[in-house]
Amino acid sequence: MRINDLLLKTVVRIVVFIILTLAIYLFFAGHYSPGGGFIGGLVIASAFVLLYLTYDLETVQKGIPVDFKVVAAIGVLLAVGTGFGSVLFGVDFLTQTAHHFNLPLVGDKELGTVMIFELGVALTVVGVVMTIITSIAEGDED
Amino acid sequence: MTIFLAICIPFLMALLVPLMYTFFPKFKIGWFVLIAPLAVLGILASYIPKIAGGQTAIYTYDWVPSLGMSITVYLDGLSMIFSLLISGVGALVILYAIHYLSSKEALHHFYCYLLLFMGAMLGVVFSDNMMVLYAFWELTSVSSFLLIAFWHHRHASRTGARKSMLITVTGGITMLIGFLLLHEMTGTFSIRKTIEQAAILYDHPLFIGALICVLIGAFTKSAQFPFHIWLPDAMEAPTPVSAYLHSATMVKAGIYIVARFTPIFAYGWTWFWLVTFVGLITLVWGSFNAVKQTDLKALLAFSTISQLGLIMSLLGMGSFAYHVQIDTSTIIYTQATFVALFHLVNHSTFKGALFMAVGIIDHEAGTRDIRRLGGLMSLMPITFTITVIGSMSMAGLPPFNGFLSKELFFSSALATASIDMTSLPSIVALVPIMAWVASIFTFIYSCILVVKTFFESPKKLPDVKIHEAPIGMLISPIILVSFVFGIFLFPNTLAKYILSPAMLSIYPQGASQEMMTPHISAWHGFNTELWMTIGVVVAGIILFKLLPKWKGIYNRLPKHLTLNGLFNRALYEAENVSSFITRLYMTGSLRQYMLFVYIVLLGVVGGYFALNDAFNFSMDNNAPIHIYEVILVGVMGAAAIAMLFVSSRVTATVLNGIIGYGLSIFFVIFRAPDLALTQLIVESVTTVLFLLCFTYLPAWKKDRLPSRTKIMNGIISVAVGMTVVAISLSVLHFNEFKTISSYFENAYELAGGKNIVNTILGDFRAFDTMLEVVVLCIASIGVYQMIRLRMKKGGDRHENK
Amino acid sequence: METIMIILIGVLVTVATYFILSKNVIRIILGTALLSHAVHMLILTIGEVKKGEAPILGTDGSTYTDALPQALILTAIVIGFAVTAFVLVLAFRTYKTNGTDNLEEMRGDDYE
Repeated sequence: MRINDLLLKTVVRIVVFIILTLAIYLFFAGHYSPGGGFIGGLVIASAFVLLYLTYDLETVQKGIPVDFKVVAAIGVLLAVGTGFGSVLFGVDFLTQTAHHFNLPLVGDKELGTVMIFELGVALTVVGVVMTIITSIAEGDED
Repeated sequence: MTIFLAICIPFLMALLVPLMYTFFPKFKIGWFVLIAPLAVLGILASYIPKIAGGQTAIYTYDWVPSLGMSITVYLDGLSMIFSLLISGVGALVILYAIHYLSSKEALHHFYCYLLLFMGAMLGVVFSDNMMVLYAFWELTSVSSFLLIAFWHHRHASRTGARKSMLITVTGGITMLIGFLLLHEMTGTFSIRKTIEQAAILYDHPLFIGALICVLIGAFTKSAQFPFHIWLPDAMEAPTPVSAYLHSATMVKAGIYIVARFTPIFAYGWTWFWLVTFVGLITLVWGSFNAVKQTDLKALLAFSTISQLGLIMSLLGMGSFAYHVQIDTSTIIYTQATFVALFHLVNHSTFKGALFMAVGIIDHEAGTRDIRRLGGLMSLMPITFTITVIGSMSMAGLPPFNGFLSKELFFSSALATASIDMTSLPSIVALVPIMAWVASIFTFIYSCILVVKTFFESPKKLPDVKIHEAPIGMLISPIILVSFVFGIFLFPNTLAKYILSPAMLSIYPQGASQEMMTPHISAWHGFNTELWMTIGVVVAGIILFKLLPKWKGIYNRLPKHLTLNGLFNRALYEAENVSSFITRLYMTGSLRQYMLFVYIVLLGVVGGYFALNDAFNFSMDNNAPIHIYEVILVGVMGAAAIAMLFVSSRVTATVLNGIIGYGLSIFFVIFRAPDLALTQLIVESVTTVLFLLCFTYLPAWKKDRLPSRTKIMNGIISVAVGMTVVAISLSVLHFNEFKTISSYFENAYELAGGKNIVNTILGDFRAFDTMLEVVVLCIASIGVYQMIRLRMKKGGDRHENK
Repeated sequence: METIMIILIGVLVTVATYFILSKNVIRIILGTALLSHAVHMLILTIGEVKKGEAPILGTDGSTYTDALPQALILTAIVIGFAVTAFVLVLAFRTYKTNGTDNLEEMRGDDYE
C-alpha cells in the first residue's frame, strides 16, 4: 500500500509534530487541566498511526527504530515500580507524593511520583496501541 | 515454638528440593531430604520427658485472625505417638528410598511430595484448630494422590490415584461438615475447648450428625469397610510410599481422628457401636480377602486394612469406659484403648518391615506375584529373616510384639463380651468370635507370605539373577524388625514413656495415668487368651494346608456385585449423567450462550423489578435540553438503526464511528473533557483497526438466517433494549445512598492535583490504573502472539485448510 | 435530557443485541463495540448530568460534575479498545485457521 501523495506526506510530516507537541502538553497538563497519561499516550500513538497510514511500514520503522513491545513493557515496569517504590519508603503500596520545585524557565512547578506513574501509563498506552497496529499491519505477509 | 518449627521443616525442605535438584544434579538428593525427619525426630525427642510426665506443650500462631483461624500447635501424648511414627518411619523410608529408586526417576518430584506429605501429616496431628486440621488433612490426600500417581505413565497408577483421591476427599469433605456442625454446637473450632464442653453436647440434635460425619472422614482415610477399596489400588505407588503412607502413617490419620474425638463423641452410644463393629467387620473382611490375593503388595494392603480395623474396633471398645464410672473394677475397659495405641506402634514396625521386604523382593526378582515366586530363602537369607519376623509378629506369635498386642486384644474383646447384658444387646458376644476368626485368617495369609515366597519351588521366576539386596536397602527393615523384637522384650518402657501419656488425652477426666497403664507381660499362665492363640495356630495350620480345597468360595461373589464393581459402576454412571447435563447447555454455540445471558437479564433482573413494582418513570429533575442535543441524539440513533441494514462492513464501521464521535460530543456537553479527548482518539484508532483487519476477513455476506430466527432475534433485542430503558429510567434519580464523590473534590489537598478525574486515576485509584495498564500490556502481547508466533510456524499447512 | 439519552441508549442496546445474536464474527464484534458505547453513555447519564462544572478544580462555579463515573468510563474506554483489538485479531486468526467467519461452523465436537 504505497501512496505517492507529496502533499499529504508534507502536511502529515508537519501535523505529526504539532500532534506530538500537543501530546506532551496534554501529558504534563494532566494534573491541572484535561489530559494525563492515558490521553497523552493515545495522542502520541495516534500521531504514529497517522505516519503509518501516510507512509508505509518500512519507512516509518526506519525513522522510528523502536520496539513498541519494549516500550509497553517499560511502561508497565514504571507504573508497577512506583508502587513498589513507595513501599521502599515505608508507606502503603502506590502512595504518591508531590513537592514544589522552583525550576528555571518554568518557575514554580509541582513534581511528584504521580508523574512517573503517569509516564508509565503513557508509555504503556503508546506501546500497546502501536504493537497492536503494527502487528496487524504486518500480518499480511502471511 | 519449636513444635511449630517441626511442622515447618518438611515444608521448607520441600521448597529447597527443586533448587537442590537444579543446582546439584549429581548429588543424591535423598540424603539431603533425610535431614527433615531426623530434625523433627530430634525436636520431638526433647519433648518426651515432659510429655511422659503428663504435661502438654502448646504454641499459638495467629494465621487469619479476622476469621478466628489460628494455628495452635498442641503436643500431647496422643500427637506424640503419631508424630514419632511419622518422623521415625519417615526417616527409615527415605533411607530405603535412596537405594530403592533409581536415579533416573523424577526424584525431585518424589521427595518434594514426600516432604509435603510429612509436613501435612505432622500438621494433622499437631493442630488444635479443626479448620487447620482439615486443611492439612486434605493436603495429605493430595500428596498421597501425587505419590500414588508417581509412575503416571501407567494406567493402573492413575486409576488408583484417582480412586483414592475421590474416596478420601469425599470423606474429608464429610468430615468438614462434621466440624462445622460441631462449631454450630459449641461456637469454637478448638478441639480442646470442644472437649471441655463434651459432657453437655450429646443431647444436642446435631450431635449424631456431627458424629457420623466425622466418622465417615476417619473411616475413608483409614480404609474401613466399605471404604477400604481404595487402599489395594493405592499399592501402585512405589513401595517406599506404600510402606510410609499406606501402612504406617496416612491411613492411621483416621485412627488419630477417632482417638482424638473420643472424649467428644464417646458419650453417645452410637460411637461405641459404629466404631467397634465397623472396625470388626473391616478386620474380618480384610483378613479374609487377604488370603486370596496373588500380589504380595495387595496381600499386605488387605492385611493393613484388617489391622486398621483391629485398631479401630479396640478404640470403639475403649469408648465403653465413658459409660461407666471408672474405678479399679471398670479400668479394664480403658485397656482396649491402650491396646489400640500399643498395636498402632507394633503394626507400624512389622508392617513397615514387611513392605520393605516385599519391595526388596520386587526389586531383585522383578515380580511380586506369589504364583511365580518361590524358593527365595537361600537366595535372599536376610530378606527371608526380616519377612519371617514380620509375619510372625503379624500372625501374633511370640517372641515378637504382635504377640503381646494380639493377646491384649483378645482379653479386651473378652472383657467387652462380658459387659453387663442388661444395658446392651447381646451382640457384644460376637466381638471375641469375630476377633478369633480374623486372627485365623491373619495367620493363614502370614503363612502364605512366607511359605509361597521363600519355600515352595519357583514356578515362573523372571529370567534374572536373583541375589540379596544391597545393604543400604536392608538397613531400614533391619532397624524395624529389631524394634519388633525389642518391644517384645521391653514393652513396659514403651508403655510408660510413650503410650500412657496418650491415655490422658483420650480419657481427660478419667483415672490417673498410672492406673490406665496395664502391665504388659508375655506370660499370663494358661488363660482364655492363650488358648485362643493356640486355637488360632492349630486352626490356621489346618486351613492353610487345606487351602486349595476351599479357595473356590472366593469366586462365589459375582464380579459386578463386589464393592469395586459397584464403585466403578457408580463412577461410570456419574460421568455419564454429568456429561449429559453439561452437554444440555454447553452446546458450543455462542448464540445460545448469549441467549442464556439475555433470558436471565430479562427474567431475573426485569422480573425482579416488575414483581417489586420498582418501575417508576419520572421526568422531574431532568436536566434542561437543547435543540442541538436532540439533533445529535437523532443522528446517533439513526446511525445505529442504519447499521442493521447496510450491506457493507466498511459502512457499518463508519456508522459505528459516527456513534463514537457523537458520544465524544456528548462527553463535552456533559462536562467531561478528559473523556471527550480519549473517546475521540480511541474511536479513530479503533476505526483504523477495523479497517486494517477487514483486509484479512472475507466480505460481509448476508446473514443466511431463517426468517424465524431473525424475528426471534429481533424480539429478544427489542425486549432487552426496552428492559434496559425501563430499568435505567427507574434508577435514574435513585437517592437512597449518599454519593461518595464529594470526597474526591478534595483532590488538591489530598493528591496535589486539580483535575479530579486525573487524580482519581493516578492517585486515589492508582491500583486500578496500574492493573489496567497490565491488562493492556497482556492484550497487546496476546495480539502479537496470535499474529507473529503463528506465522513463524507457517510450516504446518494442515491447519490452514 | 436524561430520558432522551436513555432512549438512545435503549436503541443502541437493541442494535447491539441483535448484532451479538448473529452468526458473523464481525457483526458480533461491532455489536460489542456498540454495547460498550451504550454502557459508557449509561454510566454517565445515571451519574447526574449537567449538574455542575467540569471536574477541574479552580474553574469558576462551586459545584462540579461527579468525577467518579468519568474516571470509570475513561478506564473502560481504554480497556474496551484493547479488548476490541484482541477480539478482532482473534477473529481474523480464526478465519485463517478454520476458513470460516461463521460461528455456527466453528462449534467444536461434543466432547470439548
